[in-house]
Amino acid sequence: MSQRFRAIQRIVGIIIVLSSLTKLPPALLALAWGEQGTPSVFFGSFLVSFLIGVALWVPVRAVNYEMRLRDGFLIVTMTWVFASLVSALPFVHGPPHLSYPDAIFEATSGLTTTGATVIDGLDELPRSVLFYRQLLQFLGGMGIVILAVAILPMLKIGGTQLFRAESTGPTKDTKLTPRIAETAKALWGVYFGLTLLCAVSYWMAGMDLFDAVCHALSTVSTAGFSTHDAAFDYWSSPILEWIAILFMTLGGINFGLHFVAWRRASMAVYGTDSELRSYLRIIAVAAVLVTLVLWLTGTYAGGGEAFRIATFQVVSNITTTGFAVTGFNEWPGPAPLLLVVLAFIGGCSGSTVGGLKVARVVMVVRQGYREIKQLVHPKAQFLVKMGGRRVSESVVLSVSGFIAIWFICFVFLMVGMNFAGLDLESSFGAAVSTLTNLGPGLGEVATTWGTVSDTAVWLGTLGMILGRLEVFSLLVLLTPAFWRE
Amino acid sequence: MKILILGAGQVGSSVASALASENNDITVVDTDHARLRELAEKLDIRTVVGHASLPNVLAQAGADEAELLVAVTSSDEVNLIACQVAQHQFRTPTRVARLREAQYLDVAALADPEHSAVSAAISPEQLVCRHVERLIEYPGALQVLDFADGRAQLVAVRAVPGGALVGHEIRELREHLPTGVDARVAAIFRKGKPVKPEGSTVIEVDDEVFFLADRKNILTVMSELRKVDPRPARRLLIAGGGNIGRNLARSLESRYSVKVLERSKERARGIAEDLINSIVLVGDCADEDLLREENIDQTDVYCAMTNDDEANILSAMLAKRMGCPRVISLINRPSYAELVEGGSIDIAVSPQLVTLGALLAHIREGAPARVYSLRRGAAEAIEAVVRGDRRTSQVIGRGLDELELPPATTIGGLVRGDKLLIAHHDVVIEPGDHVILFVMDKREIAQVSALFQTGATWL
Repeated sequence: MSQRFRAIQRIVGIIIVLSSLTKLPPALLALAWGEQGTPSVFFGSFLVSFLIGVALWVPVRAVNYEMRLRDGFLIVTMTWVFASLVSALPFVHGPPHLSYPDAIFEATSGLTTTGATVIDGLDELPRSVLFYRQLLQFLGGMGIVILAVAILPMLKIGGTQLFRAESTGPTKDTKLTPRIAETAKALWGVYFGLTLLCAVSYWMAGMDLFDAVCHALSTVSTAGFSTHDAAFDYWSSPILEWIAILFMTLGGINFGLHFVAWRRASMAVYGTDSELRSYLRIIAVAAVLVTLVLWLTGTYAGGGEAFRIATFQVVSNITTTGFAVTGFNEWPGPAPLLLVVLAFIGGCSGSTVGGLKVARVVMVVRQGYREIKQLVHPKAQFLVKMGGRRVSESVVLSVSGFIAIWFICFVFLMVGMNFAGLDLESSFGAAVSTLTNLGPGLGEVATTWGTVSDTAVWLGTLGMILGRLEVFSLLVLLTPAFWRE
Repeated sequence: MKILILGAGQVGSSVASALASENNDITVVDTDHARLRELAEKLDIRTVVGHASLPNVLAQAGADEAELLVAVTSSDEVNLIACQVAQHQFRTPTRVARLREAQYLDVAALADPEHSAVSAAISPEQLVCRHVERLIEYPGALQVLDFADGRAQLVAVRAVPGGALVGHEIRELREHLPTGVDARVAAIFRKGKPVKPEGSTVIEVDDEVFFLADRKNILTVMSELRKVDPRPARRLLIAGGGNIGRNLARSLESRYSVKVLERSKERARGIAEDLINSIVLVGDCADEDLLREENIDQTDVYCAMTNDDEANILSAMLAKRMGCPRVISLINRPSYAELVEGGSIDIAVSPQLVTLGALLAHIREGAPARVYSLRRGAAEAIEAVVRGDRRTSQVIGRGLDELELPPATTIGGLVRGDKLLIAHHDVVIEPGDHVILFVMDKREIAQVSALFQTGATWL
């Protein structure tokens, strides 16, 4: 095996060891709470995944190889696949005793912050298992590999490549600090801080400590798992919903902006970002539209309640969190489809959100508008601008290419779901909810994937990883040119 | 250390890559997007696209936090203004600028360093000129490095058959040398790999040997390693009348008979106006007939100093084949230098490495008196100043053999007052000594600098 693959194996091994640690907190909690059976499941799966990581790492620990850009893709994809596999272990051997495909789906859904689930009856599960699901979402929100770059000194060289292969959005070469490890630390620091703040807010607004922490873990990461089948309806508390709206919105903003705002102790930077402005505008327009639908059809009696619930669902969907308050898929008129389509747009680049990202959508829309203007004024010089600055032709091209490939994947996924036995509406919902990392779909997969075939579950798993790694990191591995030495 | 580098040209890039591996936070500013991206792909640095002297670009690049600003854009004026802005608006403590124009240099040197915008000015052309001058002075030397204002020199020589010490152990050196003459072998590179010089190490043919000696003894010591031509160089041919070629001719024309070869007729006229004793020729440096016409076989040293690597290499090879005994060529690309040096070309001079060393002296923690970057940046020769007293310093009052040096580091000697003391085990370090170290593996530099750190710094 060449040096290159040994180096890749080494890093994947290290990251598996790191991700195996996620099983320790639930194991310890299970012990502390005196649960039956679960401690041994968590300790066992910790040991197994730890040993797999060590077995990958030890034989090649001394490899000395300078990573190239393309190696980052393989490492990141391998990491996500392996991490999903080993994270599935507790779901198989402990409650809820899922089958392997279902367990892998559940773990992937957690790590990719999708929030789709195969489990029905969350309220009966042991608390350690519930906590573990939330923890997976927290870990995947900012990214396993970025966490590894932040805390493992051996990834100092080549960290930039890994970072770029995992981070989201069209412009991946903006660093917050000169060194990549510092940037990764900064991002994780902001992420951790926001999650903590969110947990405290939930707690003070009336959740018990366990639920507050668990929901914070899946709110800022815009993931969407809950500890109750009814999710936020379990409390039906307006104040909790507003807190969730706030922190989901924050999770959908570029974490680079959060970092700069925190560093300079001023909110000014938020005002200067054009992507953020578009993001907030889209939320406002969609919230008003959905409110109108709900209010005019009399789904909710009061305008205030309709507005709150509409905003909650809009934010939950555009940030691809996927908390569903009220079974929105049965809302009247265009509301359900409109909400699901919002997930295509997603949040800002550099956030924890899935979807296409606002920046890309805005850029492509402006590019389209430019073409139209050019038809009217064939000789005119029109530019695509973002925030008053010209976007270079190559960025516009790569964004268009990304969106094209993304939608091709979407169509394949949707047709695949149809083949796997889902009806038309469910196939569409399933493809959207996995590729955008949204979670709840439409039709049969609106709340749970427990009833669909194994093939559909596997396709969903693939879709989630494709979506989280923004398609290219995975697809590049399928080209022969990548493997040519 | 937080370092801001303005300009991602040859010097900027090589400074960035030399420093990025040493735990520094580096930000590089340039107007060329593509070049920055290429750099960011290779190195763990932040890049900012923009005009380097503009305050908002500097602010974006983190000038308010930077401890050191290195202005190496291609324009002297941009470098000066960037330093000015950094000084007044961002209070950047140290500002190093590259200045090509000699008049600016004079101004920069005259001004009080406390208040001047540029705290240290570096002129690559001048440095390269001086470097080449010293090489011409010592025929056979691959590199000549000054320490303690030229009192001591570290010279690199390739051992050839016929040198008295070649094939013998290093400890015999003292017996060979006349009384009063002393020298120390600081490093040996054999086939590109460092060999730690011990008393029992045998010098082999083709070894690259670095030795330290007093300036007046250099030629005596060199003769131990190769047959030294007793007749010093007389006739020089310099190809390329750019800044380097012209400055070189100007400073050498009083001592040597110099010919300058320049392609552009207009430029040649300008040079001719400037020079007094030299002959300025108009023509291509790869023109065989012209070289023969000008008696290349009678020329002692041929210096290819154009700004084009390929032209330099080819014309130097041509001159060598046509009978010129020594050819020196300016080569920017490290890979080219590795290919040709020692084979078809006697000496490859890398302007980047020469400049890098001068910059490193300002950048290294504790500001050593002098740093030379060697072997494409893999090794360094350092002149460290011993400061503090017995309590604050780890080295004062200790013999050289008592120091805990990392394995690939040797001490060549130390300069005390006006005298060079060659490193023998009985030499004891005193305050104010300038210790000359040779670090064969760059990774040990942090350790070495920690050793010489007093409570505060080196200087």
